[in-house]
Amino acid sequence: MKEGRFFDQPHNVKRLLMGFYIFLVLLIVVDLFFPKHPVVPWEGYPSFYGAYGFVAYVTIVVASNYILRKLLKRKEDYYD
Amino acid sequence: MINGLPPAAILILGAFLVPFLKGRLKSAYLLLLPAIAFITVVSIPEGIHWTVGFLNYDLVFGRVDRLSRIFGYMFTIISFIGTLYALHLENEDGQHVAAFLAAGGALGATFAGDLVSLFVSLELMTIASTYLIWARGTEASYTAGMRYLLVHLFGGLCLLVGIIIHVHQTGSIEFGVIGLNGFASYLILIGFGINCAFPLLHAWLPDAYPEATITGTVFLGALTTKAAVYALARAFPGTEVLIWIGAAMTVFPIFYAAVENDLRRVLSYSIVNQVGFMVAGIGIGTTLAVNGAVAHAFNNILFKALLFMSMGAVMHQTGKSNATDLGGLYKTMPLTTLFCIIGAVSISGFPFFNGFVSKSMILAAATHEGMGMLWLVLLFASAGVLHHAGIKIPYHAFFAHDSGIRTKEPPVNMILAMGLAAFLCIFIGLVPGPLYNILPHPVDYQPYTGAHVLDQFQLLSFAVLAFCLLILAGLHPVEIRVILLDVDWFYRKGAKVFYRLAKFLFKDPSPEAASPQLSGEGKGIPGGAKVNP
Repeated sequence: MKEGRFFDQPHNVKRLLMGFYIFLVLLIVVDLFFPKHPVVPWEGYPSFYGAYGFVAYVTIVVASNYILRKLLKRKEDYYD
Repeated sequence: MINGLPPAAILILGAFLVPFLKGRLKSAYLLLLPAIAFITVVSIPEGIHWTVGFLNYDLVFGRVDRLSRIFGYMFTIISFIGTLYALHLENEDGQHVAAFLAAGGALGATFAGDLVSLFVSLELMTIASTYLIWARGTEASYTAGMRYLLVHLFGGLCLLVGIIIHVHQTGSIEFGVIGLNGFASYLILIGFGINCAFPLLHAWLPDAYPEATITGTVFLGALTTKAAVYALARAFPGTEVLIWIGAAMTVFPIFYAAVENDLRRVLSYSIVNQVGFMVAGIGIGTTLAVNGAVAHAFNNILFKALLFMSMGAVMHQTGKSNATDLGGLYKTMPLTTLFCIIGAVSISGFPFFNGFVSKSMILAAATHEGMGMLWLVLLFASAGVLHHAGIKIPYHAFFAHDSGIRTKEPPVNMILAMGLAAFLCIFIGLVPGPLYNILPHPVDYQPYTGAHVLDQFQLLSFAVLAFCLLILAGLHPVEIRVILLDVDWFYRKGAKVFYRLAKFLFKDPSPEAASPQLSGEGKGIPGGAKVNP
């Protein structure tokens, strides 16, 4: 079987990322003009969801790696 | 009264014929059993069926209403998919039988109209599930299975005592709404809660599921917790404490899953997180919330099975499941990669996939009830799902750094099983109507509004952006070969202390006392069982 090498080529990855960034900008722009009916007040802020997703993701990475893992990691044979 | 057998009996009795069949006949029979059970679930009319006198009570093996029927669909569909996935195991009759018994237990609990047959069904599921863990044949699976059994026997005991007191107080064994109203109800809630992996009662799940057989885990991940969700929806809808238990369940596992190295253990923590959404929905208790919880149970069974199957396929082909050992497999397992990605975007709740159309009902129910804090917590947990199940699983197995492993796609039955689950994830995402039509309450909810699709794309896409930026900046932490302590530390270490103390106090001369198998110090598996993949 021929090996797919798509992601080994940096320019392919770059193109994908560029497309992704354009999509993100579109999401922000459309959000500004989209009529909303917020049930919870924060929902009405521009791009609240995007900001929350970004902050939540970074929080999870930082807290799990630098707090949880530091405190609770043990060697793989800890229970043996 | 109607003719034929209850769905549970079809699987339980049918299982015993499996060892006597061979070749294609056996394969056909294995697939036929869950298919017949499914058709039975479709065709039984609503009402009370299969009533059997027992002492002074009536046991009801077929209480059929909208709530029990949809769980019946779930358990029979996943039995079919799981059996298809395991079809290449020609000489593993024990696993096929145990899988059918476990699914039969789940179906028995679902259609039980009384607490006695509910209890017996749940215990059957526990015992059959333990076999699916032990069948792996490793020392780790033996000790994990033993801990699984002990924890669930404890849970079963709480449930049994709760049931006895409840029956004594009310004079009825009917399994209906119980509600939190005294000692018996607390014991019953704890019994269900252990099966449901409530916080602090959850450690058995990430401990045992990754040690089970590749095909067994598909059944385990679908049955035990979802049967418990059904029991909660039946007995404790609108119980406020469940809201916060559920919320806690959605949050704490995402931190564990984020740094866990074994990808099947990541998926196990992910089960706790997903069941948390359902428990919170049942706690809110409105028709929208309960509908959301049940719909999410249905969808979760599909995408979680799909993810477990794709990781199982990787393990079947490479013998590995640790993130640190894998990577770059998209080159040689493109189909498995595609199926895994479909499972990953479904569980993350991307629009047009099934997770989106059910999880959003629970979040909407939270806002409709004015629970802004709960909504923020569940939204945070949604970003967490994207992190560990949406990105981490496919990224570390199939992309990331190239591990140099060159393999091929798994057997065709595994591909077909994954394909079927993937198809259902997409179909329900695109056309949620048929799922909404079978929910317990009439549905007045539209998932595909412009604002909702936009908001969800924002939440998930900017979380993906965070991932990309951290990777590009070299700031994203790498996986390392460690284990993480969880609540099971208390009984795993506690058991060792207990044995040493007992040995010291009673001066037991036998060597076993010095090396208890419970705490992982066992010298091997009884009978010298062979090791299964």
